[in-house]
Amino acid sequence: MAALETREKVAALGEKYKYGFVTDIEMDRAARGLSEDVVRFISAKKSEPEWMLEWRLGAFRRWREMTEPNWARVHYPKIDYENAYYYAAPKTGGKPLSLDEVDPKLLETYAKLGIPLHEQKLLAGVAVDAVFDSVSVATTFKAKLAEVGVIFCPISEAIREHGDLVRKYLGSVVPVTDNFFATLNSAVFSDGSFVYVPKGVRCPMELSTYFRINASETGQFERTLIIADEGSYVSYLEGCTAPKRDENQLHAAVVELVALEGAEIKYSTVQNWYPGDEEGKGGIYNFVTKRGDCRGRGSKISWTQVETGSAITWKYPSCILRGDDSVGEFYSIAITNHWQQADTGTKMIHLGKNTRSRIISKGISAGQAQNTYRGLVSVHPRADNARNYTQCDSLLIGGKCGAHTVPYIESRNPSARIEHEATTSKIADDQLFYCTSRGIGQEEAVALIVNGFCKEVLQQLPMEFAVEAQKLVGISLEGSVG
Amino acid sequence: MLEIQNLHVSVGGKEILKGLTLHVNAGEVHAIMGPNGSGKSTLSYALAGRPGYEITEGRVYYKDEDLTTLAPEERSAKGVFLALQYPVEIPGVTTMNFLKTALNAQRRARGESEFDAVSILRLVRGKATALNVPEEMLKRALNVGFSGGEKKRLEILQMALFEPSLAILDETDSGLDIDALKLVAEGVNTLRAPNRAMLVITHYQRLLTYIVPDRVHVLAGGRIVAEGGKELAHELEAKGYAGIIKDAA
Repeated sequence: MAALETREKVAALGEKYKYGFVTDIEMDRAARGLSEDVVRFISAKKSEPEWMLEWRLGAFRRWREMTEPNWARVHYPKIDYENAYYYAAPKTGGKPLSLDEVDPKLLETYAKLGIPLHEQKLLAGVAVDAVFDSVSVATTFKAKLAEVGVIFCPISEAIREHGDLVRKYLGSVVPVTDNFFATLNSAVFSDGSFVYVPKGVRCPMELSTYFRINASETGQFERTLIIADEGSYVSYLEGCTAPKRDENQLHAAVVELVALEGAEIKYSTVQNWYPGDEEGKGGIYNFVTKRGDCRGRGSKISWTQVETGSAITWKYPSCILRGDDSVGEFYSIAITNHWQQADTGTKMIHLGKNTRSRIISKGISAGQAQNTYRGLVSVHPRADNARNYTQCDSLLIGGKCGAHTVPYIESRNPSARIEHEATTSKIADDQLFYCTSRGIGQEEAVALIVNGFCKEVLQQLPMEFAVEAQKLVGISLEGSVG
Repeated sequence: MLEIQNLHVSVGGKEILKGLTLHVNAGEVHAIMGPNGSGKSTLSYALAGRPGYEITEGRVYYKDEDLTTLAPEERSAKGVFLALQYPVEIPGVTTMNFLKTALNAQRRARGESEFDAVSILRLVRGKATALNVPEEMLKRALNVGFSGGEKKRLEILQMALFEPSLAILDETDSGLDIDALKLVAEGVNTLRAPNRAMLVITHYQRLLTYIVPDRVHVLAGGRIVAEGGKELAHELEAKGYAGIIKDAA
């Protein structure tokens, strides 16, 4: 019944956010609130080994002692952690073994989202792991990837079947005690993707995970772990959507990347969680910890993010440049409209010699939104000849929004070279008029100008997703002018 | 084609055009000449529908339709084109992409099918070659780092591409050396057609040596103060604006 009511409410909210529908499916949930029992429940649901349960319980006890951070430039009412659900899964009677066994309602949901899960219909060369609320419902192309030794599966499956690998790397980049939200995630994470690319293998296709929040009053806590062994390469993309609801829902994910010697990981995100309505009601709280460790010499990690959704985004995909000659990159587009708030950026920690990092951030603010770039470039004493280049550009649309740039630069090695450039501009009236006088309508003109502004970042996305991302940029800013 | 009656236009509360009347028939080229501050650019912006240019009195009819109620993009789709004095830079948007977006938006508004990337490329290349616009310019961001001559050539290329019924050229000659001027004028002349009207707005007589108008109007103080054939431009050159305006008064 609740789902039906919600669906009606959702329909009343309007049609701008086209992923705002709810799938009416029977759910299996943990008890409301957070306790050791809930942690044990989740662990038991996943048939986890004892070490995993202990790991979770340790995190949970630690989390109890922690306080929520408040240094970001975002404002929201206090979250009542006891009033949410921490686990929700479609009742399917155990995990489906093949795509044919996936509940048709779920397949339909993903088809509606433009993510067909039948392999013959899929985008050529893209393997998908589909996560619905707290569980992975399907992973495609697993067999084909296995031929070259690439493991791509839900992390719950990896914990059972590749325990040694998970145990070795889980929490090695984002420690259990890292921060309030990461620790919470460590206690209650339910699913996410696991990738292992063996030595010298160039992953033959794009890997992608599609996260969908469906259940109401439920948090999503996914955990992703990607390991690129020596000399390997992988490109991974995640996409996210959620139904329209009046309530705020918490999404607290942790992503850990490990690149060993000579390995390269390219991680792209197109984040389109429900952003709330035009009055700022509802929307996802996206409090996410993402970090990559360039552990080996000459390794490279590149983050690209297109953040258009969520009521609040709190996210700093970072690189630890541990290996000598390693490279970290961060390309970001953050769009905030109406009452959205984003505080996002990166940390580049230069530990090894000759390490290089590059940060290109494009923030676009419209309506009453606030958009903050927050970034740290830190050069440690041993990091001889470290180099960083940072470029932060902000674009304002209208007179009621805000853009803020907060760069932190620490250099403890005199040979470091750090460059920081920042600009703030507005879409000029003469640019808009130029476009409209040539037949391009206002909204299309804004989309065109903003896409031009973001070009350097959009170019980093895998081809298959770049076109979608360009469209998304336009849709996110609908109603921002005129 | 274009019929303007007693047009009053205010910008920021200040009246700039104070009762301008003008008729332009299809197939004709009219020149509007006037000193700085006479309201030349205000007229071109008001015709294109730029926000902030408020029509307080009078009528503007284009092909027997009230132009003033239409948004700029609607005017464009119906065949009104304004070549700007200062074309605007749009970083990150390639010229080719801009041309494609604009042309397809106009076609969509008219209920015509959109061009695909290949046919549009062919079309643009053909027109570009004739105007001496190199391929490389089409790949650069729109007007970014273009010289004055390149910007103006691109405006004329757009005119050639959109094939408007009414083309308004606002000081297209400003900032051009003589070679660039000739090239631009040649581009304009090839677009003269029986079903097309042009309004050439200029401060100097120089451009009218290359684009010979059917009629010349002198704009001063927000009104047309003198009208005549192409010889009026020469008279202006000899007497200066002050002389003509005094004669008219």
